[in-house]
Amino acid sequence: MMPDLGKYAGAVLSSYGLSLIALALLVGLSLLKSASVRKQLDAAEKRREKHG
Amino acid sequence: MASIWQYANPQKFMQSTTAVLPYLAVLTVAALATGLIWGFFFTPDDYKQGSTVKIIYLHVPAALMAINAWFMMLVASLIWFVRRHHVSALAAKAAAPIGMTMTLIALITGALWGQPMWGTYWAWDPRLTTFLILFLFYLGYIALWAAIESPDIAADLTSVLCMVGSVFALLSRYAVNFWNQGLHQGASLSLDKEENVADVFYLPLLVCIAGFVLLFITLVLLRTRTEIRARRLQALIARERMA
Amino acid sequence: MIALFTRDLALAIRAGGGFGLGLAFFLIVTVLVPFGVGPESGILSTIAPGILWIGALLSCLLSLDRIFALDFEDGSLDLLATAPIPLEGVVLMKAAAHWVATVLPLVLVSPVLGLLLNLEPAGYSWLVISLALGTPALSMIGTFGAALTVGLKRGGLLLSLLVLPLYVPTLIFGAETVKRGADGLATGTPTLMLAGITLGTLALLPFAAAAAIRVNLR
Repeated sequence: MMPDLGKYAGAVLSSYGLSLIALALLVGLSLLKSASVRKQLDAAEKRREKHG
Repeated sequence: MASIWQYANPQKFMQSTTAVLPYLAVLTVAALATGLIWGFFFTPDDYKQGSTVKIIYLHVPAALMAINAWFMMLVASLIWFVRRHHVSALAAKAAAPIGMTMTLIALITGALWGQPMWGTYWAWDPRLTTFLILFLFYLGYIALWAAIESPDIAADLTSVLCMVGSVFALLSRYAVNFWNQGLHQGASLSLDKEENVADVFYLPLLVCIAGFVLLFITLVLLRTRTEIRARRLQALIARERMA
Repeated sequence: MIALFTRDLALAIRAGGGFGLGLAFFLIVTVLVPFGVGPESGILSTIAPGILWIGALLSCLLSLDRIFALDFEDGSLDLLATAPIPLEGVVLMKAAAHWVATVLPLVLVSPVLGLLLNLEPAGYSWLVISLALGTPALSMIGTFGAALTVGLKRGGLLLSLLVLPLYVPTLIFGAETVKRGADGLATGTPTLMLAGITLGTLALLPFAAAAAIRVNLR
């Protein structure tokens, strides 16, 4: 399954690896932040409804 | 026909993106997976560059998006400046970290590609230098957003910075081209020119570019939604304190 | 506007800080370079144009945060903003005062520092010309950066981060002019580009800087 990358395997694999890590970090952080802000906002809205 | 400006209303924006976002996310994953898997597993090696040609599927789309993200920020900043739609300012803010990551990916993959091809990780080639400068611009822009507490003032100042920065980024590009002209011949990144790329590489590359564009749009929408919620949260907390 | 210019100039000279400090900094940077790269005169004369330009640029950077900070703190910036003269003019005068008070001395001593770095004889005139042509742009860009960060408590580091990338074109063309001059090559193109950048900056950035100040005073 794995293609033969020859002598450049290191360069190709590490650029795919690092890029995917960077993208995963970006997506992950965006999702985390989105979830945490949504939770906080929901909590704040609830508080507001309770206290009028 | 409804005006495009209706999406500048935060509520309308939230409603429509809630509907669109799942489809976009699926499309993004599909395009990225197709393009990258196709590129990585099912394309032949270049006769000259060997397997390193596979790096193109990350390098070129990332570089494209690095520039287009800044361009999108510029347009969003202009819209904020002229029409003062909050969503626009927040979208510019949301796009900056994405653009910075894209620039970083373009630089890293470029360095890793340059090592076997040019014999060095880094050369002060005009294009590389321009991207490094672009990275610094992203850093400054993000730092300015982070430094100012009042969101409206931050939006105003960063949009001014983005406009001025765009002019200087362009200037830097030409200055850098001029500066390195006498030192060495432009590096042979001729693969960037589309006519030089054979169809076997071109088609998966197109899919990858589409994937990166979709990824950018999805992330911008997601992050803009987060920013809008964060603004509302701030307002609610402020109101609680007042009470 | 002229009164404002002389006021700023007098303040800068009386306070003494920026005036002498920038010069001292320029001297120290230039003196430190040979310790870092070794005393061979060949290497030094090759890198002299770049080092002198970078030294001047960094010394200019040191005093930028003071352009608006004092006026902002004591409220005179509000007065200036509501004064009958346009804020753009105020900004331009501020930049001019900064240039005369802190950057012009750098331009004037740069040949002496060129001596320390073994600059080629042909390079001296181009060093002064390029600095004289290019540094007004540095002051103006710096004033814009100062206008952006004027409301911030700890804006100094951020100011450098914002301003330094904007200095790239000026630095490239400035150092290139000196390099070519020192090597006896034609200097026309980089000199013209340098002058063009300075003029463009002086024409356009006051508007951006004034807009930033208006936002910060809101």
